[in-house]
Parts: sequence; structure tokens; C-alpha cells
Amino acid sequence: MPVDILMPALSPTMEKGNLAKWLKNEGDKVKSGDIIAEIETDKATMEVEAVDEGTLAKILVPAGTQDVLVNQPIAIIASEGEDPATVKSTGGANLPGDADQGGVAAKPVAAPVASPAIVQGVSESYDASSEVPAGAELVSITMREALRDAMAEEMRRDEAVFVMGEEVAEYQGAYKVTQGLLQEFGARRVIDTPITEHGFAGIGVGAAFAGLKPIVEFMTFNFAMQAIDQIINSAAKTLYMSGGQMGCPIVFRGPNGAASRVAAQHSQDYSAWYSNIPGLKVVAPSNAIDAKGLLKSAIRDPNPVIFLENEILYGQTALVPKGDDFTVPIGKARIVRPGKDVTIVSFSIGMTYALKAAEELAKKHIYAEVIDLRTIRPMDIDTVLASVIKTGRCVTVEEGWPQSGVGSEISAQIMERAFDYLDAPVKRVCGKDVPMPYAANLEKLALPSVQDVIDAVRAVTYR
Amino acid sequence: MAVAARKSTKNPAQAKASAKTGSKKATTQFSQDQDITAYREMLLIRRFEEKAGQMYGMGLIGGFCHLYIGQEAVVVGMQMATKEGDQVITGYRDHGHMLACGMDPKGVMAELTGRRGGLSKGKGGSMHMFSVEKHFYGGHGIVGAQVSLGTGLAFANRYRGNDNVSLTYFGDGAANQGQVYESFNMAELWKLPVIYVIENNRYAMGTAVSRASAQTDFSKRGISFNIPGEQVDGMDVRAVKAAADKAIQWCRDGKGPYILEMQTYRYRGHSMSDPAKYRSKDEVQKMREEHDPIEQVRRRLLEEWKVKEEELKAIDAEVRDIVNESAEFATNDPEPDASELWTDILK
Repeated sequence: MPVDILMPALSPTMEKGNLAKWLKNEGDKVKSGDIIAEIETDKATMEVEAVDEGTLAKILVPAGTQDVLVNQPIAIIASEGEDPATVKSTGGANLPGDADQGGVAAKPVAAPVASPAIVQGVSESYDASSEVPAGAELVSITMREALRDAMAEEMRRDEAVFVMGEEVAEYQGAYKVTQGLLQEFGARRVIDTPITEHGFAGIGVGAAFAGLKPIVEFMTFNFAMQAIDQIINSAAKTLYMSGGQMGCPIVFRGPNGAASRVAAQHSQDYSAWYSNIPGLKVVAPSNAIDAKGLLKSAIRDPNPVIFLENEILYGQTALVPKGDDFTVPIGKARIVRPGKDVTIVSFSIGMTYALKAAEELAKKHIYAEVIDLRTIRPMDIDTVLASVIKTGRCVTVEEGWPQSGVGSEISAQIMERAFDYLDAPVKRVCGKDVPMPYAANLEKLALPSVQDVIDAVRAVTYR
Repeated sequence: MAVAARKSTKNPAQAKASAKTGSKKATTQFSQDQDITAYREMLLIRRFEEKAGQMYGMGLIGGFCHLYIGQEAVVVGMQMATKEGDQVITGYRDHGHMLACGMDPKGVMAELTGRRGGLSKGKGGSMHMFSVEKHFYGGHGIVGAQVSLGTGLAFANRYRGNDNVSLTYFGDGAANQGQVYESFNMAELWKLPVIYVIENNRYAMGTAVSRASAQTDFSKRGISFNIPGEQVDGMDVRAVKAAADKAIQWCRDGKGPYILEMQTYRYRGHSMSDPAKYRSKDEVQKMREEHDPIEQVRRRLLEEWKVKEEELKAIDAEVRDIVNESAEFATNDPEPDASELWTDILK
């Protein structure tokens, strides 16, 4: 039987990569362990080894091909006795739990709300349409690159800005977000730390007290629990406790939430946790444009900012404005998709589910208005309320757990301030109330899905 | 006496590191001016703390109130060795440090009483005061947190390329916290100019050092990181100043961190409500009579410098006036305006 060689994944979250080069030609004999090709992503490169013996019968994907999907057959090996000229591919592998991880359509949709009825104390919704300056040059980059560019631009602009964390310098970032920074800014400003979150978070806060502007990278926010005392007790509270004398201009950033198949200790959404704390700002972008604009704002902000990224979104591209001046204000939501029947509020990777669901629902003539919170604290609740007053219904979407979650807060605020406008109870779509399981099928069940969002919308619209 | 400097270890495995981890008697004598300065500074702290204790008893000060009485020589001796721009950061037993840094006693006392003229506008209390102007970075209520923060202050000095030093104080109790060693590691790795001043007053709240610490010689706590350390008679302000001079020079020369274990003693309880069952009255009494840091200087001034009793009485009166004035201010100053509840959360 001929054997397919499949496009391998370098990480659990990799979806595609480039086939850089073939080291064997069609007709060459290969034995197990031979390196036959090189593949690369924006993060790393990897060699493909043959596992089986035989003849490289056919190369299906030529060298230089971009965006080859993981598990797609890239070559065929004919076993002994088979005619290399006649072998056929048996097709790609179908892995269990192949997650539903379609890309977020990152196109900014300008959507001014048509003069909603305004309840007392609710100002109008925020109009994000002018954030990207007219005529700005746009470049297609990944969220990972957008974050890196934001840091590099701010480091060029302000000598007091520096980056510290595990593997941020010589390794070029565990998730390659700090790629190239060491080369440009040197070891004084791009600092590899030992694996010692509590300690380096405290050092960062102390440096911020002294007037520097640290960007502290946590390899993931799961590890920031080791440092959470410094984040909350020292960074968030000192301005208040000092009567306004001593601020803490610091950014804590890194991937947050579930990655893929890494189980409970490495898959947790901390949005609700940090959003509980007065004295912190909490930002969680869903696309490369907001990632760049918000990170630049976070670095310039004189307060401690928790910047929650998402590993699964790192590789997604969008057209991002070039240039130092582009920023996105902290504390402003964005209406990504206008609609009249229901308001869906989400942030970060939750937007993936929200937007896909909205697309499906539109086919059934249910028009959802989708709001990307972007900032969790201070929350732009006015934009949410203005939308709910228009639609009368609301569904929140997040990966975090339901109890005391972001959705719980939104629904409480809607109840307190727009109760009379509701035509149905608010519904929350959350991660299930369990530690994250490892098995592919269970993990999929634990996370919110597009179907969960569709079901919730149908429940609140009674359709 | 218990606070006498000990001999360094003879364990050959530790010989290399402990060569730097020794203990020395102060060799430097003070000039008359220095003795007068030390006397006045220590007395201010003593009288201020006595007054704070009194006001706590009257219900004017709430919550926790950790008095520094007995430990005055440590912070006064250290401050005598600093220069403009050197930073100070400590834990919750912080009133003495603030006074030694030159912060206004009225502002400190009014913060203790929770009034609007307090250094944190009444919003921080005893454990949380700061002064950017005087380079005092708090006042921290979480045991050990200030050690990483103080290391961060040193990081900033290093980043900016100045030769200032961060004086990072913590107690024998905090010395067992994990982040202390995370900080030691990075401080030595990056040669940060930080002096870890371990104020060993022999009791972490009610737990004697020997009941909580596997290694009771805190000057050795940096050995595995190659941080030099020494034990210092923290009841003798001259010994403190001499050790501080040496450690500060080490840091300014770019050689990295330094550990000073100050062997000291607190006369009062851990906080105001302390049953004091963990030590005998005799022990406290003996310490006060034989090693009091202020009495040592006072005797020197009278016997060696032949300063007249009246001169010292004048200093006593001057200090009492400052303290009384601050108590009066802290008693009569109004509470913060209700609108202050909502200010200073974000910049």
C-alpha cells in the first residue's frame, strides 16, 4: 500500500504552513528517519522525516507552496514492489475533535446605530468607524506581528518602555510575539527572565513605581497566578493607597484562555478574574487591528493594564493600518455587525463563535447585532445598552466559566439599567462549568460552540 | 548577648561563599555631630511611636499599628549612609522608615488617624504610605512583596545607569517567603544595586526565629546566589552605619546586591493586640536595659563627648514638640471628603 505523507503541525494550534523546500526528489529511495522536506510557519521551521521505507513516488505539493493545510497529503511513498508511477493518494487524515476554529472575519464594519431610544444615563453607542484613519496604508499581518509591531513602535517612541519575561529575547518569544525585538533594542530593553513569575512581576511593578514602563510577558496567563498578588495588591491598589501619588504604568500581557489539548492547568480564561479589580484595566482583542491599536494604548496608559491575548488567534491575519499614530482607545466596544433582532456581546476568541453564529442566523432571517467589547474593564456598557434597547434581546459569549463571569456582569447591568426594554431574559453562552478536559471530544464539549450561540439566540428570540 | 555577631560557618562546603558572609564589629566611631544626629532621629521615632501607641489606645488610630520601638538604630544608621536618590521600601512596620526618610510627621500621624491631611489622604493607613519626593516607596502590607518591588527599584537604577541604591527592608518572617529568593536570584544575575536589609527582631509575630527558620543566620540566606551578607549589631547605630557604608559602596560599584542582617529587637508587641505570651517580660526588660539603641548614644554623648544634660533635654523638648504637634494635627484634621472614595483609582 502506498503511504501518504501529511502536512505536519508544529503546534496544536497550527492550521496551515508553508512548504519551504523538498530535500528528496521523486524517484528517490527513502528510509525511516530521512529528512525529506522543510516546512515553516511565521513562528518556526521544522523538518519532515520519513517514517516509512520506500520510494518517494509523487510530490503532491511543490516547494514554495504557501498556506498548506495541516494533514493535507504532501507526498506519496510507494512501498517495495509497488510501481511509483501508478500510486494514488489515499486522502488526508481525519483527526478526532477537529475543532471548529474558523477565522474571524477581521474586516472592520462601520456600523453607526440608527438613533436608539436612550434611557436615562445611557449615552449613545461608540462609533468605531473612524479609528482607522481614512487613507491609511493597510498591511496584511498576523495578530502576532501586530502585537510585535505595537511593542516595537512604542519602544522606539519611549525609552522608558522595555519588555521582560520568559524566553522573550534570545528564543524570540515562546509564541514568537517578541520576534526581532532583541535584535533591534538589545538585551538592556528586551530581558529574558528566569522562570520566576512572582519575582519578575514584582520587579516589573517596582520598576514601574520608579517611573519605567514595563511590558511584562507571561508565557501564558495560567502562570500569572503565581504573580497575581503583585498584580492586584501592588500594581492595582497602590495609586489609591498612596492618595494618588504613585502610579504603576505597566502592561501584563500574554496568551489567555484555552489553547488546544493542553488540559485544565493550561486552559483558563482570566477575563472575569482581573475585571473584578478596581485599579486595573483589562483588554482582550479579537483581531490584529485591535490588537495593535489597543496594545499601543495600553503601553501609553499610566495605569496597570492586563492585556489578554489568545494563542489560537495569533496566526490570524487582518489588514492593519501602518504607522505609529494608529491607536484604539481602551474602554470602547465596537459594533462589528449591525442587526435588529438580538444583540450578541463577546470578546477575544468568543467573537469567532459570535460572528459565525450571526452569519448562520442571518440565513434564517434572524439579524444579530454583534458587539466586540475589546475592553473588559472599564466596560463600554453604554454601547451594549444602546444596542439592547434597540433589539430587546441579548446573548453573551465567552470561553470563561459562567459563575461571576463577564456575561453575568453584562446581564446584571442590562437588568439594572434597561430592564423595561428586554423582551426576553439575557442568555449567557460560556465555557462549561468544569476544569478543561484533555480528550479531544470532551474538550470540544467544554468550550462554547457556534451551535451554542445559535441555540441561545433562538431561545431569546423565540424562533 | 543574643545580638552579638556570630562567627561565620566552618563548613568547608560553604567556605567560598561564607568567606564573604562574615560579621564585623563596627570600627568607625561617630563624630559628635553624627551622634547628635543619630540621637535626635532615633528619639523622634521613639517618641512618635509612643504617641501613636497612646493614640491607638484612645481609639484615634484603627486597624493594625506596628510600632518600631527598639529597632530605631537600624533605619537611622542606614539613612546616615545614603545619598539623594537612594530609594527605601519596607513592609508594614514602616513609621520609622518614613520619619527617617524625612517625611512630615504630621502627615504620617494624620494617615494613622485616617484624616485628609494624611500622606495618603487617609486612604492608605499605617501600612501604606509613600513619598515619591523623598524616594520612599512604601509601606507594604503583604509580607515579602516589598522584596521584589525593591529589587524592581534597583532594576530601574540599573536601567537608567545611575548609581543609586535601593534599600529593601524586610523582617525575619518575610525572609522565608519564596519571592525573596526569586528576587535574590535575579538581583545577583543582573547585578542590581539593592541592599536587602533583614531586620531580625527575633519574632515573626509570635513565632521565634528558631521555630520558623531552618537557617537562622539570615546573612547566609544569599549564599547559594553568591550574594555576600553579614550580621550586624542592629542596636548600635554606628555598627549599622559602618555596615551600610560598605554595602552601599558595593552596590554603587556595580557589584550587585548585598545582604545585611540587622540583629535587633522590638520592645512592643507585633501589632497593638499582642498577648506577648511568646517571650518573657525579663527578656524584654533585659534588652531595654542593656542594649537600648538610644540609651547607648545618650551615654556616649554625656560621657565621651561631655555634652551637657541640658543640651540633650533641649533636643528631647524639640522632639516632643514635633510629636505633640503631629498628634494634635492628626486629631483635629477632618476626615477625607466623601468624594475621595472615588478618586485615585485610575490615573
